[in-house]
Amino acid sequence: MHELPQQLANGLALGALYGLIAIGYTMVYGIVQLINFAHGEIFMIGGFGALTTYTALPSGTSLLVAIPLMIVGGAIASVAVATAAERFAYRPLRGAPRLAPLITAIGLSIALQQLVWQFYPDAKKAVSFPEFQGESFQITESLQIQRADAFVLALAPLCMLALGLFVSKSRSGRAMQATAQDPDTAKLMGINTDRIIVMAFAIGAAFAAVAAVAYGVDKGQINFEMGFILGLKAFTAAVLGGIGNIYGAMIGGVVLGIAESLSIAYIEEIPGMQQLGGGAWSNVWAFVLLIVVLLVRPQGLLGERVADRA
Amino acid sequence: MRHRSLLILTSVLTTGALTLTACGSRDEGKGGGDNAGGTTTVVIGVDAPLTGSLSALGQGIKNSVDLAVKTANKDKVVPGVTFKIEALDDQAVPASGQANATKLVGNKDVLGVVGPLNSGVSQQMQGVFAAANLAQVSPANTNPSLSQGDNWGKGEFKRPFKTYFRTAATDVVQGKFAAQYLFRDAGKKKVFVVDDKQTYGAGLAAIFSAEFKRLGGQVVGTDHVTVKETDFSSTADKVKASGADSVYFGGQYPEGGLLSDQIKKTGAKIPVMGGDGIYDPAFISASAEANDGDLATSIGYPVEKLDTAKKFIADYNAAGYKDPYAAYGGYSYDAGWAIIQAVKAVVDANGGKLPSDARAKVTEALGKVSFDGVTGKVSFDEYGDTTNKQLTVYKVQGGKWIDVKSDTFNQ
Repeated sequence: MHELPQQLANGLALGALYGLIAIGYTMVYGIVQLINFAHGEIFMIGGFGALTTYTALPSGTSLLVAIPLMIVGGAIASVAVATAAERFAYRPLRGAPRLAPLITAIGLSIALQQLVWQFYPDAKKAVSFPEFQGESFQITESLQIQRADAFVLALAPLCMLALGLFVSKSRSGRAMQATAQDPDTAKLMGINTDRIIVMAFAIGAAFAAVAAVAYGVDKGQINFEMGFILGLKAFTAAVLGGIGNIYGAMIGGVVLGIAESLSIAYIEEIPGMQQLGGGAWSNVWAFVLLIVVLLVRPQGLLGERVADRA
Repeated sequence: MRHRSLLILTSVLTTGALTLTACGSRDEGKGGGDNAGGTTTVVIGVDAPLTGSLSALGQGIKNSVDLAVKTANKDKVVPGVTFKIEALDDQAVPASGQANATKLVGNKDVLGVVGPLNSGVSQQMQGVFAAANLAQVSPANTNPSLSQGDNWGKGEFKRPFKTYFRTAATDVVQGKFAAQYLFRDAGKKKVFVVDDKQTYGAGLAAIFSAEFKRLGGQVVGTDHVTVKETDFSSTADKVKASGADSVYFGGQYPEGGLLSDQIKKTGAKIPVMGGDGIYDPAFISASAEANDGDLATSIGYPVEKLDTAKKFIADYNAAGYKDPYAAYGGYSYDAGWAIIQAVKAVVDANGGKLPSDARAKVTEALGKVSFDGVTGKVSFDEYGDTTNKQLTVYKVQGGKWIDVKSDTFNQ
């Protein structure tokens, strides 16, 4: 069991990444009850936006300088795509039956993937992404944190804190809560709900871009298909934590990440379970966990809709 | 909550729908042969992953067959016949391969097919081709059961489909060769074995493990990874904790490159070895971390070092294809050329014209072809396997694959 702290750290870093992406699902769902299945692709586009920014920088730029710029570049790309999607794909369908925007989201997700595949140079396969060089941080003898993991572990709480302050303290944040609670009344109170909805999409997209940069510097590569599985996992994290609840998204992500990591390391050590462990089974266990949580606590770990309680 | 059931229902439906879309196929446009003024057109089908993560290999296969066809037309190798290719994309998905096989069978001008890349895809295509008597020559399938039947492991060899041929050596040869190199030449005694659960990867890992243990080595742990996943840090930590001095990976380069990278990041500076599935420049370039010391076996001798391949390389570069010929270019050219030779034999035997049962005749003729190809002598044994059992071990050095040992395998 001496690798337990290490496995927990791996799971935590993976979970923080899921959590960052899950914010986008949960905010949009919390306000317009739409599951934006194109969000995984918004994440992917954030990665390609960041890579484009990096390519545009003079070669030899230190990553310390490059990364903030890459996050900004990635966020510009993903926010632009997300808000355009809201304006042209979802807003016209706002009064339509729920299934219509959902199908649109799926169509949009495929279209975005194909656009990048078709037009981004070399994106037909994995393209390399600048990667953190240097040794990892050795915490104890059996625990080391990779630089990229430290990056995501530091960034995720910061992002969450900023978002929490924004939602609870700022005028726009309160307008957002009001819109989530009752869009019609909010409109009567003089809140521009269209603007609030765009804002929800934009914030989710910016978080996805941060996640994409964290993913890129960790794996050293990105590809046009990466939004699919990660988007699905992040959606799972959002449901697990209680969809609509912004803190739930992060908790859900962390629980999912740790569950995956531990299932790879330990399930096969349980007597009689050798055949059901290892990397091959991690997705099975992650989704078993989701089903169990939904059966026992259908509203998710933290409950739905932070706005109702705020 | 009223929306709860809808939420669950839609997530289930969408998961299904998104999975299905991964099977859609795209037409990359047909690279046709030159019109050499022939009266009869013979189409050589190509099936390979032209898009997706394995497209680097697939495009190399397509271009190399295209080059063979253009050369045959230019030199008028079969008088009165103009060759063309019809290239279909299987995205490395078995169901797409099967649909492509049906499509190729439906085109009566197709007299032979080169492909596919993946053994798992081939399993779904073999039956379709056999029912139509259409010959298939894979430049890259290495799973033994495709040509020797499901019980090859028990020593019962039975050829399941008489239309199946390949220019690639099987994993039995490759896995044993790798184990012998790692144990004897590299001096590694404790290996951790990881595979990707696919027909190719799991088969190769099993053959490797058996041979490594037979030689006296120790398999200190095993794990599996899922294709298209990218986070293998937990597996990497298991490798480190096991105290292994090397890792054998049965699978393809997208997962292999990431796995190697993540193992090295844990601080375990041990080499990862794999089969021809990881022998690709993308194995190195996809991950920025140095893969130096990693090993791969691949079939044949390095194309660049073969005298017979000089003309192929020059012609390929002159043709100006966008993608490199990659790991299977030479074998794909030879596979295409074998079909061209078989068509030639059939046409010659029929007084310069194609017979009405051309497909069956071509299949029969393929079993007898023998010529000096890009990769050496090309001919097939009674199972449709190549008689050419040359192999090479490559090592990553300075961000490039360098060949370190070439040999002809004998049990």
